[in-house]
Amino acid sequence: MSSVAEKGLELEALTKEYANFTAVKSLDLHVPTGSFFALLGPSGCGKTTTLRMVAGLETPTSGRITLGGQDITFAKPYRRPVNTVFQNYALFPHLDIFENVAFGLRRRKVSSVDSQVKEMLELVELQSQARKKPAQLSGGQQQRVALARALINRPEVLLLDEPLGALDLKLRRAMQIELKRIQTEVGLTFVHVTHDQEEAMTMADTIAVMNNGVIEQMGAPAELYENPKTTFVANFLGQSNLIEGQVRGVEGDFVRVDMQGTLVSIPTSRSHVKAGSKFGWVGIRPEKVLIGGPGDPIDAPGNSIPGGVVTDVSFVGVSTQYLVRMPWGQELQVFEQNTGRRRLFAVGETVDMSWRPEYAFLLDHEQDAAAGVEL
Amino acid sequence: MSALPSGQTTAPVPERTGWTGYILMVPGIVWLLAFFVIPFYSLVATSLYDPNGSTYAGYEMTWAFGNYADAISKYWGPLLRSLLYGGAATLICLVLGYVLAYAIAFKAGRWKNLMLVLVIAPFFTSFLVRTLSWKLLLADDGFIVNALKFVHLLGPDGRLLATPVAVIAGLVYNFLPFMVLPLFASIGKIDHRLVEAASDLYASPIRAFFKVTWPLSLPGVVSGTLLTFIPAAGDYINAALLGSPRQRMVGNVIQNLFTAANDYPSAAALSMILMLIILVMVLLYVRKAGTEELL
Repeated sequence: MSSVAEKGLELEALTKEYANFTAVKSLDLHVPTGSFFALLGPSGCGKTTTLRMVAGLETPTSGRITLGGQDITFAKPYRRPVNTVFQNYALFPHLDIFENVAFGLRRRKVSSVDSQVKEMLELVELQSQARKKPAQLSGGQQQRVALARALINRPEVLLLDEPLGALDLKLRRAMQIELKRIQTEVGLTFVHVTHDQEEAMTMADTIAVMNNGVIEQMGAPAELYENPKTTFVANFLGQSNLIEGQVRGVEGDFVRVDMQGTLVSIPTSRSHVKAGSKFGWVGIRPEKVLIGGPGDPIDAPGNSIPGGVVTDVSFVGVSTQYLVRMPWGQELQVFEQNTGRRRLFAVGETVDMSWRPEYAFLLDHEQDAAAGVEL
Repeated sequence: MSALPSGQTTAPVPERTGWTGYILMVPGIVWLLAFFVIPFYSLVATSLYDPNGSTYAGYEMTWAFGNYADAISKYWGPLLRSLLYGGAATLICLVLGYVLAYAIAFKAGRWKNLMLVLVIAPFFTSFLVRTLSWKLLLADDGFIVNALKFVHLLGPDGRLLATPVAVIAGLVYNFLPFMVLPLFASIGKIDHRLVEAASDLYASPIRAFFKVTWPLSLPGVVSGTLLTFIPAAGDYINAALLGSPRQRMVGNVIQNLFTAANDYPSAAALSMILMLIILVMVLLYVRKAGTEELL
């Protein structure tokens, strides 16, 4: 381990087993100091259990948690420099806002409680509410109190457990920006647990996608989105068209795949099939697919795939979403910006499709093509 | 209601006669009149009758406020003892009851309902029978006394019956469920995640208890202590069965005045005094513990 790894939060082979299932399976994770880290996954994937183990509210079955080089695996929650913003906020109903925020400082017998609380309430713009009880505040205000109550302790890591889940969409968007601003301002490490992929992508600089107790893939949002390594990530993070193909071999920097009769090329850096695999899933994001009338020139150097029939058209305003039935029976999704350069296609029309090879990716055929599809 | 013609947006509200509410109140008012207002009036009146009358000769209303002064000067001992025994029993009930209610609410798991039934189970037997069995338990040659003698907590002539210990023990036993049930209701409602939040914010388990669990359980503490203290301070069965004349509580005096001495005015005056003392104490207590922090 280098000196970089000594800083920040480090999880090593962290495992949590319950009587009849394993919530977290040998998880390895490094969260660098000062980063905004998101643990993203569907409910029941083990992300909240992981967070609770870091907070000390859950004891790991095995594995190690270190923070700034110190082993805190079995440290009591009240002895860890870690604070949590709980999913339901868990504000103390018998204390006013001021005392809620001051709670951590008072327990640690810090002096200058008054000035610190005032400063923190200013940061979250709740100075005028200091003497109200939590029940008198709106959901968004309560959320900010919960944030202030945790932030004021200047924890080495701030844990956020789906903190925006209870807010309506507009408020959620506003709070996402607010949280990001505060994180940049105070420069603390944030670990954010969420099942909302859009939220994770907007806020985090690193995302770990979790499924069934393991991390499927980790990286910057754009990297995960553009080059998913598993069918779960391809489907859970945005949407993907996954088309069965026969691997023909590698030519230079490209893998050649026979995709239902059309030969397509995929860069080797984007191919995640095991060496020697005969089959694979060719993946392409709906907005990367280009669509045109039969024989029309399409602005893509790859082969065009003819014979699609439009089966559904959804006009969304900024874009149009098509469903196109391919000659082999599969329906593919196509999102097209409404640039106005060409009329919209109607249901029943025949179209050609194409995409630039550098946008396609190739996934392991043994994985479930429907994994991570949101119902 | 979308079929309504435009302009008529809501169905016409039936006109209130103003009488329905009063008619619904009649049974309650009749009940209160018959079983509270009239008896209470009779008690107040009796307490001011001429103390020289008797049930045979009849009583005269002489506005004898002196009855009150006489009652206090004659019976201040039992009065004080009642408050003391009642207070001690309430405190012991609070400690025992809190631990029990906490355990049932948070630790009992699937045994929760069974344990609650067990708390109430003694009520299926008569109050008198249960107190009488304590007489057997604490008897001079009973195993409890013998065991205490064996470890020299009790002298060779020591006894438990006819001591304050026996009376208070009886009160604690008889009124414990009145403490446990409101405490359970209050503690059971506390969101365990608040305790987790406290521990996340540097509170040790003990501090988390005193800063979060205890204040949030105060409504149960207040109602539990009231439900225990008020009947315990007015109780006379425990003192009669488990105590001696030296453990006489005000309830015993009132019972004796009403039934044996036939001194109704003094008995009524003493009842009023006990009621007023408890009322004032309860008001002070609720104001101090209840209203400010709880709401």
